[in-house]
Amino acid sequence: MTSAAVSMDEVMLLAGIIFTIGLVGVMVRRNVLYVLMSLEIVLNATGLAFVAAGSHWGQPDGQIMFLLILTLAAAEVSVGLGLILQIHRKYDHLDIDQLKLMRG
Amino acid sequence: MEAFTFYLTSGVTIASVIMVVTRVNAIHALLYLVVSSLSLAVIFYILGAPFVAALEVIVYAGAIMVLFVFVIMMLNLGPQAEDQERALLKPSMWIGPSGLASILLVILVYIITQQPFGTESPASFIESREVGAALYGPYLLAVELASMLLMAGLISAYHLGRPLKKKDT
Repeated sequence: MTSAAVSMDEVMLLAGIIFTIGLVGVMVRRNVLYVLMSLEIVLNATGLAFVAAGSHWGQPDGQIMFLLILTLAAAEVSVGLGLILQIHRKYDHLDIDQLKLMRG
Repeated sequence: MEAFTFYLTSGVTIASVIMVVTRVNAIHALLYLVVSSLSLAVIFYILGAPFVAALEVIVYAGAIMVLFVFVIMMLNLGPQAEDQERALLKPSMWIGPSGLASILLVILVYIITQQPFGTESPASFIESREVGAALYGPYLLAVELASMLLMAGLISAYHLGRPLKKKDT
C-alpha cells in the first residue's frame, strides 16, 4: 500500500482537472446552491493536491493542511447555507443574477 | 494494481464532478457530490493517507452533505425550479467560462508535465499517529485558529438562521 505506483504528476493533473471543473461550475451556475456545491469541489481539489504533496515527501504536513481546509469548508458551508435560507425567505428564488443590487 | 485502481477511481471522480456541475435537480447533484467525495477518499487511501480518507468520508460525505440535504428539503424546490435551471444552462451561458477555464487547465497541464517532480515518492504510509503528533506539536496555533473559525461559523449560522422580524420583510 504505497504511493510508488502512482506518480506525482498524475495526481496533480487529477487535482487540476477537478479544480477546473469546479471553477466552471462556480462561473456557469446561477443558483447559489450549485455555486456552493462547486466551491466544495474546488476545496476538495486543493485538499487532494495538499495530501498528494504530503505523501510525496513523506511528511504529515499535507494532511494537516487538508484538516484545515476541511474546517474551512465546514464553516463556509454553514454560513453559506444560512445565507441561502435567508435569501429564499426574502426573495423566493436563489438566482444570483437578480441579487446584484445588494440593497437589503 | 494500484495504478489501475487509481485510474479507475480518478475516472469515477471526474465523471461524478462533471455530473454535479451539469445537473438541474439539486438532490441529484448532491448525490453525485457524495459519490465524488467517496471516490476522493479512495484516492487518499491509495496515496497513503488513511486518516484523511476516513475524515473525508465522515465529514464531507457525512456531515456537510447532510447540511445540504436539510437545506434543500427546507427550500422545497419544485419542478418549476428545475425548468428554470434548464433554461439557464443554455450553451451560450456556459461556453465562454468553460473555454476560459479550459485554457487555464491546458496551461496547468503544460506546467505539470514540463516539470517532473523529481524522484518517485518514497514508500510511505503516513499513520494518523504522525498526523496527530504534528497537529498538536508545531501546528498547535493552527488548531486554535481553526477552532476560532468554527466558532465564528457557528455564531453566524445561528444569527443567519433565525426567523425574520416583521419589519425586515
